[in-house]
Amino acid sequence: MEAEKTQHMHEHHDHEHEMMTGHIKPEQGQQGESTEELEYRSLMKKWWLAATVSVPVILVSYPNLFPGLRELLPMGSQQLWWARLIMGILALFVVIRSGGQFFIGTWEGLKQRSANMNTLIATGVSAAWLYSLIALFWPSIFPSPEMADVYYDVTTVVTALVVLGSALEVKAKGRSSEAINKLVALQPQTANVVRDGKEVKVPLEEINIGDQIIVRPGEKVAIDGTVVSGSSAIDESMLTGESIPVEKNEGDEVFGGTLNKTGSFTFKVTKEQKDSALANIVEMVKQAQGSRIPVQKVVDQISSIFTPGVIIAAILGYIVWYDFGPQPGWVYALIVAVTTLIIACPCALGMATPMSLTTGIGKGAENGILIRSGEALQIAQKLRTIVMDKTGTITEGKPSLTDIVPLGKFTEEELLLISASVEQGSEHPLASAIVEKAKEKGLTPVKSEGFNAIPGHGVEGTVDGKMIYFGNLKLMKEKGIPLDGFNSYAASMADQGKTPMFLAINGEAGGIVAVADIVKKDSLSVIHELKSMGLEVVMITGDNERTARAIAKQVGIDQVLAEVLPQHKAENVRRLQEEGKKVAMVGDGINDAPALTQADVGIAIGTGTDVAIEASDITLISGSLEGVVRAIRVSRATMKNIYEGLFGAFIYNAIGIPIALGVLYPFTGILLSPLVAAAAMAFSSLTVVLNANRLKQLKLKFN
Amino acid sequence: MNWFVTVVGLLLIGVIAWYFWGPKKGGSLAETNASGFQEAKILVKNGYNPSRIVVQSGKPVRFEFTRIETGACDGMVIFPGFEKSATLPAGEKVIVDLPPMKTGSYDFTCQMGMFRGKIIVKN
Repeated sequence: MEAEKTQHMHEHHDHEHEMMTGHIKPEQGQQGESTEELEYRSLMKKWWLAATVSVPVILVSYPNLFPGLRELLPMGSQQLWWARLIMGILALFVVIRSGGQFFIGTWEGLKQRSANMNTLIATGVSAAWLYSLIALFWPSIFPSPEMADVYYDVTTVVTALVVLGSALEVKAKGRSSEAINKLVALQPQTANVVRDGKEVKVPLEEINIGDQIIVRPGEKVAIDGTVVSGSSAIDESMLTGESIPVEKNEGDEVFGGTLNKTGSFTFKVTKEQKDSALANIVEMVKQAQGSRIPVQKVVDQISSIFTPGVIIAAILGYIVWYDFGPQPGWVYALIVAVTTLIIACPCALGMATPMSLTTGIGKGAENGILIRSGEALQIAQKLRTIVMDKTGTITEGKPSLTDIVPLGKFTEEELLLISASVEQGSEHPLASAIVEKAKEKGLTPVKSEGFNAIPGHGVEGTVDGKMIYFGNLKLMKEKGIPLDGFNSYAASMADQGKTPMFLAINGEAGGIVAVADIVKKDSLSVIHELKSMGLEVVMITGDNERTARAIAKQVGIDQVLAEVLPQHKAENVRRLQEEGKKVAMVGDGINDAPALTQADVGIAIGTGTDVAIEASDITLISGSLEGVVRAIRVSRATMKNIYEGLFGAFIYNAIGIPIALGVLYPFTGILLSPLVAAAAMAFSSLTVVLNANRLKQLKLKFN
Repeated sequence: MNWFVTVVGLLLIGVIAWYFWGPKKGGSLAETNASGFQEAKILVKNGYNPSRIVVQSGKPVRFEFTRIETGACDGMVIFPGFEKSATLPAGEKVIVDLPPMKTGSYDFTCQMGMFRGKIIVKN
C-alpha cells in the first residue's frame, strides 16, 4: 500500500501530458454526439436489420409449424429449397452487415494470438451458417436426409440478440460514467474578463493567470481565483457535496464550475484551467475509475484463459456427442458446440468489477468524496476502527467564545466589551475569538491603554480608566484578586473542555469568560452513525487528557488517545493495526500525513477544494465529517455490488456452459437451443451492467 | 466412435491451446526519441496493435494510443502494475507515460481485461 502511494507521487507530474490531450472536454463525435450515442445508434440499426430478416428466416426454417406455409412450402419440395437458398443469402447479408464486427474483432485478436467474445460469436454463427450451406447443396454427404436441415435461423437470431445486448450495454455503460460527464459539463466555456478597462466575453482557452473576471448572480465561476472586490454566496455543492452556499468575501478563493448565487464580485485568476480544482477532481476520479481492485486479479486470470477454454470445451463437446450421442450425431454435435460457444459470456465476468467501480466512485465524487483507487475502496469496506484527529476534524479547529459568567456587578455585555477591548491588541488565538464575538453582538471595542501581555498568564491594560487583568488562575493569584470560591465554576468549565479566563476589574473579580474549540455541528450524529454501522471510533489528540475526555464525552467517543505528539500519531495507528484491525485515520491531511499514510485507509478532510492531498486514500472535499459515513457507505455498497456482479457472472457461466454441453440430456432430455443460449448470453452481460447502475440509486445522506 | 472426427477434433484442440496459450515470441521494439523516452505507437482496434512492446529497462516509456473504432469495449486502457489508466476517445491520440521499469513483463488491458497487451522489459 505504501509503495503504491509513493508511486502516485512519482507519477503526479505525468498527468500534465494526459491533460494536454483534452481530458476536460466531453468525448464528442463529429455531429456533437458522444461516441457512445453513435455506437448505440449504429448497433440499433444492426439489430433492426437482423431482427427483420430473422422473421422470414424462422418461417422458412420451420414451415411445418405454420398453417398455410406448410402447404406452400412442403418438406422436401423444390420451392422450399429455393426459399431456403434465398434465406441463406439473406442470412449471410445479416452476418456481414449486422455481425461484421464479430469477424473483424476475431481477426484482429487472432493476429495477436488472442481470443475474445467476438471469437466465440463469430465461430458459433459461422459454424451454423456453413453447416446449413453444406446441408443445402450437398445433402448426400449426410448419413440420413433428416440431418440435412438448415440452421439459418440460428445465424440471424443469434446475431440479432447479441447485437441488441451490446446496444443496451453501451447505453447502460454510458450511464455508469455519467458522474464524470456531469463534472466535466460543469466547466463554463466563456467568462466576462476585464480587458483594457472594458468587460469582454472571452472563451475559456484565452483566459490567463492574473486576468480579472466579473461574475454576476446566477453565473458560473469559470476558473479558480481569488476575490478582489465584491462579495457573494456561492453554491459549491457540485464540488463538495455540501448543499449550503458558502460566503465569499475579498481574499477568499473561488473555484471553477461553482455557481454564484446572490451577489456580484470580481476575482483574479490564480490557476490555469488544467491545474484547477475541477480538473484535478476529474482527473482523480478518472484514474480511480480505471484502477483495479485486488479481487480483479483472480478474474483477470480466469478471463485470460476463458475464451480459448470455451472453444476447446465446444470441440470436446462435439467429439463426445458425435461419438457417443444419439443419432443423428452430426446434428446433435453441431447444436451442442454452437450453443456452448454462444452461451459463454466472458464479457459479464470481465465487466462486473469495472462497471461497479466506475459507478461507485462516480457516486462518491458526486457527494464530494474522492476515492483514490479501487484498492482503497476494497479496504474501506473492511474497516473496523476509525481513528479521528480531534482538532479540525471533530472540532471546528479554531476557538470560539462559549460562556460569560458575571461574578460581580457587571453584566455579560459589559464583560464582553471590556475583555474584547483589552484583548484587541493581542495576537493570541483566544483573543480573536473574543473580539469576533463582540463584533458579532454589535459591540465596538474601545481603546485600551497600557496593554501588556504576560506570557503564560494573560494580559493587563486600562479600559475606560478601569484597571483590567484578564487571564488564568495564576494571574489572579499573583495579582491578589479574591475569587471567593468562584474557582469551582472555572473547574467545571475546564471539565467540559473549555479554557476559562478570569476578568478582574479594578482589583475585583468581574467574571469568567470561557473559550473552547467547539465540536462541529454534525460530529455527534456522525459518530453515532459510525458506531451503529459497527465501527469502533477512537479519538487521537495532542491535547491534555481532561480536555480530550470532555470533547470525547460530548460526541460519544469512549476511546481516547490524549497527549499524543503529532509525530507519534502514526505509531498509535500502527498499534491498533497490530491488534489485527483494519484502521482508517481521519485527519486534515497536513499535520496528520504520516498517520494517514500508516492507516489502511487515510481519509483527509479537505479545507475547501484543496484536493492535492497526496497522503490520503480518500479525500472529503467538504470539511463535514458526514463524508466519512458516506465514504464507508459507498465503499460497502460498491464492493457488495461488485461481488454480486462477479458471483452472477461466474454462476451464469458455471451453470450455462455445462447445460449447453448437454450434461442434463442423459437425465432429463434437456438440450439448449442456440437461440435460447443467445438470449441468455445477451441478457447476462446486460444484467451485470444494470446491477452496477443500481448503485446510482444509493442514498448516502443521513439524518 | 468415429476415429476421424475424434482425431481431427483433438488435433484442433492442440492447435488452439498452442496458438493462444503457447509461448509467444517477438514484439515490436520501442524507439528512443530525442527527449529520452522510448516511444511506441499503438493502434487500438479490437485489441492492441502491436500488442507486445519491447523496451529497455531503466528508461521512461511513452505510449501513443490511437483508437480507430467506436466499440465500447476498448474505450479505456489500464496499466494494472502502475495504477494508471487513460480514456481513449475514438480517433484521438492519447499519450501515456510510464516511469523507467525493471526487467520483466507488465500487462496492459482494456477495462474488462479482454484485450491484452504486454510490455517486455529487457536489459
